[in-house]
Amino acid sequence: MEFFATLITVLDSTVRLSIPLLLAALAGLYSERAGIFDIGLEGKMLAGAFAAGAAAYITGSAWAGFGMAVLVAVALALVHGFASITHRGNQIVSGVAINFIAAGSTIILGQAWFSQGGRTPTVGGDARFNEITLPGADAVRDVPILGPIYSNLISGHSILVYLAFLMVPFTWWVLYRTRFGLRLRAVGENPAAVDTAGISVPWLRYRAVICTGVLSGAAGAYLALAMNAGFVKDMTAGRGYIALAALIFAKWKPVPVMFACLLFGFLDALSIRLQGTPLPLVGRVPVQFMQALPYILTVILLAGFIGKAIPPRAGGVPYVKER
Amino acid sequence: MKSFLLGLLTATALSVPALAQEEVAPALLFDLGGKFDKSFNESSYHGAEKFKGETGIDYVEFEISNEAQREQAVRRFAEDGRNPIVAIGFAWTSTLETIAPEFPEVNFAIIDAVVDAPNVQSVVYKEQEGSYLVGIMAAQASQSKKVGFVGGMDIPLIRKFDCGYVGGAKSAGATDVIQNYTGDTPAAWNDPTKGGEIAKSQIGQGADVIYHAAGGTGIGVLQAVADAGKLGIGVDSNQNMLHPGQMLTSMVKRVDVAVYNAFNDAKNGTFKAGTNVLGIKEGGVDYAMDENNEKLVTEEMKAAVEKAKADIVSGAIEVHDYMSDNTCPY
Repeated sequence: MEFFATLITVLDSTVRLSIPLLLAALAGLYSERAGIFDIGLEGKMLAGAFAAGAAAYITGSAWAGFGMAVLVAVALALVHGFASITHRGNQIVSGVAINFIAAGSTIILGQAWFSQGGRTPTVGGDARFNEITLPGADAVRDVPILGPIYSNLISGHSILVYLAFLMVPFTWWVLYRTRFGLRLRAVGENPAAVDTAGISVPWLRYRAVICTGVLSGAAGAYLALAMNAGFVKDMTAGRGYIALAALIFAKWKPVPVMFACLLFGFLDALSIRLQGTPLPLVGRVPVQFMQALPYILTVILLAGFIGKAIPPRAGGVPYVKER
Repeated sequence: MKSFLLGLLTATALSVPALAQEEVAPALLFDLGGKFDKSFNESSYHGAEKFKGETGIDYVEFEISNEAQREQAVRRFAEDGRNPIVAIGFAWTSTLETIAPEFPEVNFAIIDAVVDAPNVQSVVYKEQEGSYLVGIMAAQASQSKKVGFVGGMDIPLIRKFDCGYVGGAKSAGATDVIQNYTGDTPAAWNDPTKGGEIAKSQIGQGADVIYHAAGGTGIGVLQAVADAGKLGIGVDSNQNMLHPGQMLTSMVKRVDVAVYNAFNDAKNGTFKAGTNVLGIKEGGVDYAMDENNEKLVTEEMKAAVEKAKADIVSGAIEVHDYMSDNTCPY
């Protein structure tokens, strides 16, 4: 029974830790399926987190923070689009530039506005996405097995967690069941064919990077306002890159992306929980090993079990109409 | 054009002796956590500001943003005639070891590490003693008798905090101390999200008082602890005001005093190289009491912690220093 309770807490932690990865990976999915590689997810998330922290502090509303995060991330995504779609620049260079811009400007603006060393003031109450209790969660708490699962694992997360999970079927629907999705996938595989059909390649790709901006801004807002109570410099701590790894891991498909992010979140949660706890048979495992475990497993799974991950064929290649 | 250049050269030549005539031109170098980390670096900033306020002598400062800047920053300040140059944090050790011999006339000081050179003052603290005190308070305030510790980067210095805390907590009746480290890279100082998650995990395991020694990561730890209605313990600076009523106390490390003294000694010409070890006896470490936590600290707690303090000063209790043998006996 104690094992079960532990499992529930680890899974609960898994859900919280995988949400920023999930939102960022889905963000990357839109852009990469349209043929625009986006290594700048980290930067957009960071800028979004900063915008969320700053706007939530000033307005006192979490949703205002969320809106500002989305706006800022979309603006950065459009910069990436302008460089790589309109001007056919190198997408990796442009993405890296966005990461640098975000890392530097958040600290400078934060210091100029709030004088706390790039941090935004701590927010509370309505300026954060607080945990919501689903109906009936308290009533079923004492039911064995299902009670804790519903009341601890499913209930008691912030609204953004549920939105993030809803984004998975929604993305699947957009990608595979709408005209926009069909064209989006086509433009990532063979933009010339799309162009021949009389559809504007740049406009389609711009719409894809806007979707990326919206979702990566949401990921930033989740970090700053749901998991924390404000922005702290460099608070994304490499999550944008891990999301990118999850995206490749999942072969650019929405449902596998969710499972990849949950796996990464689970390994992270497990390493936190198992630190310093003696395991049966092997005894006390060194902390360093536990912390390296997610990466070791990623390498093993990528090398042995997942098979070849083939990116969208036109990914990273700027579309030139005629030569 | 020629005369203009000549003029510029003369102006430069004139300005250098002008700088040298100044009594002192102190410089302060922060570590990666950043100047306003509400903790270690911020404390040193307060010491420098106090010096500036009292003497009117301005100082220069530098916040590094990556490892590659260290040597460049120190050399730049030394070449500019800055004296003394105070570096905050153990990570500056190798940099000062290289650069201090190159500028024998410049006084350097380093906090949290020992650099053996004739012109370097090394200031180290007995963090284990301060941590022992807050460990006692944590165990007494805990209802579950389970307390937690969250470290930043896993290094011997932070293990020193950890070990003293475990010693104090166990001596006051804690049955279990849950210990976690955020990571093995400097990024572990700035990951509040993971810090918060670690705190939640410790609370899930039954801990109800959590002490952090994790820089910016600790902001997330204390936030999660406050959200859950438990008690947090701050570190380095007095962090009690971060969450009034949810902070049991803070283990304060008087980095400000060390910085102030280094600046002041250089101004008075009494700067001494060598190693200073500051413990409870020297006023280098202590626990923080203010209006934010006075309701949480009972008379009984105060009596126990004051007794331990007196015992440490008199030598009746010797708190183990993790760094002396890299083990923790508690």
